[in-house]
Amino acid sequence: MTYETIMAGFGGQGLLFSGKVLAHAALIENKELSWLPSYGPEMRGGTCNCSVIVSDEPVGSPIIAHPNVLMVMNEPSLDKFEDTVAPGGTIFVDSALIGRKVRRTDVEVVYIPATQMAKDMEALSLANMIILGAIVEKLRCVNPDTIETALRETISARKASLLDLNLKAVAAGRAFIRG
Amino acid sequence: MADKVLMKGNEAIAEAAIIAGCRHYFGYPITPQTEVAAYMAKKMPKIGGVFLQAESEIAAINMVYGVSSAGKRVMTSSASPGISLKGEGLSYLAGSDLPALVVNVQRGGPGLGGIQPSQSDYFQATKGGGHGDYHLIVLTPSSVQEMADLTSLAFDLADKYRMPSMLLADGTMGQMMEPVVLPEDTVDPETIPATKPWATTGTQMKRAHNIVNSLYLKPDELEKTNYERFERYAKLEKEECRWEEYLMDDAEVCVVSVGITARVAKNAIVAARKEGIKVGMIRPITLYPFPKEPLAKAASKVKSFLTVELNMGQMNEDVKLAINCSKPVNMCNRVGGMIPSADEVLAAIRKEAK
Repeated sequence: MTYETIMAGFGGQGLLFSGKVLAHAALIENKELSWLPSYGPEMRGGTCNCSVIVSDEPVGSPIIAHPNVLMVMNEPSLDKFEDTVAPGGTIFVDSALIGRKVRRTDVEVVYIPATQMAKDMEALSLANMIILGAIVEKLRCVNPDTIETALRETISARKASLLDLNLKAVAAGRAFIRG
Repeated sequence: MADKVLMKGNEAIAEAAIIAGCRHYFGYPITPQTEVAAYMAKKMPKIGGVFLQAESEIAAINMVYGVSSAGKRVMTSSASPGISLKGEGLSYLAGSDLPALVVNVQRGGPGLGGIQPSQSDYFQATKGGGHGDYHLIVLTPSSVQEMADLTSLAFDLADKYRMPSMLLADGTMGQMMEPVVLPEDTVDPETIPATKPWATTGTQMKRAHNIVNSLYLKPDELEKTNYERFERYAKLEKEECRWEEYLMDDAEVCVVSVGITARVAKNAIVAARKEGIKVGMIRPITLYPFPKEPLAKAASKVKSFLTVELNMGQMNEDVKLAINCSKPVNMCNRVGGMIPSADEVLAAIRKEAK
């Protein structure tokens, strides 16, 4: 199975980082993978996305034309990527930030008010990790427990104090899926 | 086997260079290669190396000239407009027969262009860039693993043939992360200068002075240096071509592509094979020397060639030369930082197969 994931939203929401954690988890599980960021003059506040491929087969192109997993954290990103999602794919929508519903009927949609949940946890910047937790719990593209190890190994020394909060955010996303 | 690590392509270059014994890095920031400099800035001071952000690209390449003269392994990196500025220095390095690594993580051009991936410095890298009759060894990676492996190879070949080598990557290769197994650390940087009898390492009053220079005012002497250099190029062309063949055994269409477009093309080839189209790929790894032989061999079997590239047809010309225009050489390309999708390449392959 090949999971082609696009994570998209505003710069500053931690999309590149959540992609990196997912990629690192795949590495730990000895899966094939690639991680490709959008890079441009825009940083905080601009649109931003990354493409992560996790597969049992060697990865061909790291560029994803038709993601089967889409995580969106702002409406422009949903507008941009909704039509590209492969039929049968799954879209994870931060419903605290995106007012509209997904129009496609041939995909599965998970509405998760991640930014509100993060606010309630007093961890506003960790909505990305909440959705990541939801993705791995729902799709098992990597073992959800591996995300914890990946986080420990990926988080920078400067932000080490935030590790526990990150772990809590992932757990909250997983719990949301389990219901 | 060593552990796999997850790295950006640009970081893989920097780490592989350090492993290859490079302890001197001179550069100037420019997207999309800045991570090379950032990595060196962090790492070099910790291992007794030199990281220096020069006042300009021109200054950086001339610092490279100095360190290389002293026999040490040295590098600089930049992206397209910055490489143009280094043109003079590249010619001087070649004219003085100095080994060095110059990395170009290409962005769209010409001019300041943009910062998205491109392969439009192909001519500049393979046909000159600076003045005079000279070549660079040009290696082009198609994965983060190759960013590391070809960095090691670039240093080895540069030393072996006494010429500057260029790692010619596109922006995607620099920015993406993939698992990579780093080369084994077997080089002692301190012992390298002693292997270079021409280097200005100090005479200890025991030998005549070594002089590193590219100025020869007597034409017969200058001619001799040119001839001698081209003898080395001939040997390089004979012995150091590298390429990868993919599904070429029964291929009727031969895709030729490098870097990120070779990755996209691979996806398209897999899709085309499912439709019963007999298509394969030759992926050059060395651009100079260009792998003419496998292309010429393929020309006797395939109906046509299709280059997939991020420029207006620069490598396309070399394929035509390699096969003496004996078969059609068509093209699927995008420029300016755009990358053809696998669907676009597949459509082009279908057209070839008709």
